[in-house]
Amino acid sequence: MPADRFSLLRRWEGLILILLVAVTTWASLGVDGFANSSNVSFLLLDVTEIALMALTMTLVIVAAEIDLSVASTLGLSCAVLGWLWNAGLPIEAIMPICLVAGALCGALNGFLVTRLGLPSLAVTIGTFALYRGLAYVILGDQAVADLPPAYTSLATATLGPIPVVTLLVAVLAVLFVVILHATALGRAIVALGSNEEAAYFAGIRVKRIRFWLFVASGAMAALASLVFTFRYASARADNGGGLELAVIAAVLLGGVSIFGGRGTLPGVLAAVLLLGVVRNALILADVANEVLNFVTGLLLVASVLAPNLGAVWRRRTSPPLEGSLEGKSAL
Amino acid sequence: MADSPPPVLALREVSKSFGAVRALREVSLSLIAGEALALAGENGAGKSTLVKILSGVHRPDAGRLLLDGEPVEFHGPADAQAAGVAVIYQEPTLFPDLTVAENIFMGRQPRGRLGRIDRRAMRAQAAALFTRLGVPLDPEQPARGLSIADQQLVEIAKALSRDARVLIMDEPTAALSGNEVTRLFGVARSLREQGCAVLFISHRLDEIFDLCQRVTTLRDGGHVADDRIADIIPDDLVRRMVGRELGALFPKQDAVPGEVALQVRRLTREGVFTDVSFEVRRGEIVALAGLVGAGRSEVARAVFGVDRWDAGSVQVGGRALRPGSPAASMALGLALVPEDRRQQGLVMELSIERNIALAGLAEVRHGPLISRAAERVRAADWAQRLQLRHRSLADAVDVLSGGNQQKVVLAKWLARQPSVLIVDEPTRGIDVATKAEVHRLLSELAVGGIAVLMISSELPEVLGMADRVLVMREGRLVAEIPRGTATEETVMAAATGIGGGGA
Ligand SMILES: Nc1ncnc2c1ncn2[C@@H]1O[C@H](COP(=O)(O)OP(=O)(O)OP(=O)(O)O)[C@@H](O)[C@H]1O
Ligand SMILES: [Mg+2]
Repeated sequence: MPADRFSLLRRWEGLILILLVAVTTWASLGVDGFANSSNVSFLLLDVTEIALMALTMTLVIVAAEIDLSVASTLGLSCAVLGWLWNAGLPIEAIMPICLVAGALCGALNGFLVTRLGLPSLAVTIGTFALYRGLAYVILGDQAVADLPPAYTSLATATLGPIPVVTLLVAVLAVLFVVILHATALGRAIVALGSNEEAAYFAGIRVKRIRFWLFVASGAMAALASLVFTFRYASARADNGGGLELAVIAAVLLGGVSIFGGRGTLPGVLAAVLLLGVVRNALILADVANEVLNFVTGLLLVASVLAPNLGAVWRRRTSPPLEGSLEGKSAL
Repeated sequence: MADSPPPVLALREVSKSFGAVRALREVSLSLIAGEALALAGENGAGKSTLVKILSGVHRPDAGRLLLDGEPVEFHGPADAQAAGVAVIYQEPTLFPDLTVAENIFMGRQPRGRLGRIDRRAMRAQAAALFTRLGVPLDPEQPARGLSIADQQLVEIAKALSRDARVLIMDEPTAALSGNEVTRLFGVARSLREQGCAVLFISHRLDEIFDLCQRVTTLRDGGHVADDRIADIIPDDLVRRMVGRELGALFPKQDAVPGEVALQVRRLTREGVFTDVSFEVRRGEIVALAGLVGAGRSEVARAVFGVDRWDAGSVQVGGRALRPGSPAASMALGLALVPEDRRQQGLVMELSIERNIALAGLAEVRHGPLISRAAERVRAADWAQRLQLRHRSLADAVDVLSGGNQQKVVLAKWLARQPSVLIVDEPTRGIDVATKAEVHRLLSELAVGGIAVLMISSELPEVLGMADRVLVMREGRLVAEIPRGTATEETVMAAATGIGGGGA
């Protein structure tokens, strides 16, 4: 049984990939305006922030943690950007400051989780509100829009149909795939997400890794905030509201176990695209907004249910002989 | 009685496969009221699979299950329990957030007025069970954090509390020391005399000969022999299990002790162990003996850095160890094979090769990347040396039998080539033939200059392997006995604090 757990997983990711191809084909043939290059650029641009944050979120969830504060971190970073720009700082100085601010947000999450031993769900629900609140404190209701054109146009520039920022995503995606699937760090993340105690006994620096994952998640949210701000040429405190759910949904739809220890990045990237394509195609097909939300919601529910349903089913059918001390499976 | 009533529970030509692995092939076995039957076989022979068929966990692919001579089908563990079958599984499966008493009475708690759970009755009954077993466990304690031996004792209490007609015990004694085993056998005998049928599995042959009247032997999932215990000697049983003659069981080589490799000074952890000082030299095998709960594993964990300590110091190769950091300890050449393989030793979902590589990720690297080839070579090498019974090294470890999982934990740490090796119940659940192999390996490692600290509840292992025996009692080091004078009597006397005799 456990042997085909892996093939099931592979099948799941395969399924997402097939679904992606199928939906894309269907949209190209059946939806007017889908398969032209400006729409493709738009679609790719539209998923940039989600894709970026999904990279770090995947590592975080594989490590059996979660970060609900990413979109708020993004908003805070936008606010910092707008504020400093208003104050007259050069944009080249502001960008690194934003990244540091994002990293600090992540560091606070990481500190609360690893040093104080609080569950990340609770911690990041708290900082979800905290960082967004801070963003409003910093920037209020203003929209800072007079951003340097060199950057705003770069953020939407394309090479053929491919946006420049998509190349950034691609480079980072390759980097993260390598990290998770081919380095000692990746092995350690998977191991500690699956059985923290055994990982600790094996000399893996469990807390340190978790801490830095949160830092990376925060910094990545800040990077996403730069893309977001320049893309819309508008820095606002409410930028990216609700994006955390889209990110987490994509990660789960991509086959990452919410319990940690399992998941692959190619699956997640396929899921990010799948959600983007479905949304884009439905908008083009003039589907009413309510239906659109319903369909996306349905996909999200399916995404959370399907991969984990298998696990629950297995747990139900096989008695609690194996590993019930892990706590996760003990009812 | 003389007309031999039908067996209480029996298997007739039962087969069971897991994918390509044929775990059982047409195996028959009879459990008779008032009799204890041993089930013998090497790691992966199919014993636990057979147990899981008797307990309704697995359904046989072919063959029949007979209850009082009538064919019966168990659709799940609940059916087997209803038929009076109580099982102690090889791997304890407690709910960590419930108390010990709640675990014992899970699903059938004593009820008070208005159907409310009568906690006081539950606690009293649990306490009575522990008294009967002679173990000082607190029923109100949460199950989380119990040592593997204590977990096993809770499982035993759980099974005993069921008033079963059939009591099945899959390696219940693997982590227990002599005292607890004696008590357990006392209880098992009285149950048997009251007409209970007992099935007992153990890799400690003396226990089989002590408790059982008959023995059924499996090899490679097939039925090999049925014997009356009175008719055979241990060597016969080994031959049936292994299919060949086995050499000496404890081929301990003498090594000349070198300089001090591990030095522990006045180590104290409040309420756990106090003022523990000892040293282990290169080339030495030092055993840490004592009863379950004496604090042996706790000392090992603190030395390795998994737990913190309150006072004292540890030096490895003359260098002070940073407390509370396994990674720092490993950098100084320390390794710990932990007692609880499923929780502390293995990541069950990961493959065999990845588990073996996990403690030495830096050693299977090629530049910044993990080299799958290096990882596989490392795993294949140790799988072969430890006679791991597996299909593919890419299989998840949770499909392996208990003993084979233990070998993976050993491989994981031996592959690091440590300079100081701490092993906590290294052969827990490992069969006779491989046990001899593990002992030979440890002995070789010592001769090669490694310092070995061995915790074992199995006295023959302690006496056969150790150059010196340190004995702990209630968190203190109470005796140091050199190989020459270490005997069952001297060690047990020190461990129990009762002059002479003991268990
Ligand atoms: N769920 C499973 N999936 C695949 N193979 C399994 C599964 N359970 C057991 N096996 C295989 O069946 C065989 C018999 O395993 P079993 O656990 O019955 O051995 P055992 O005799 O109890 O060994 P040990 O003495 O090590 O406990 C082994 O080869 C094992 O790998
Ligand atoms: Mg077994």
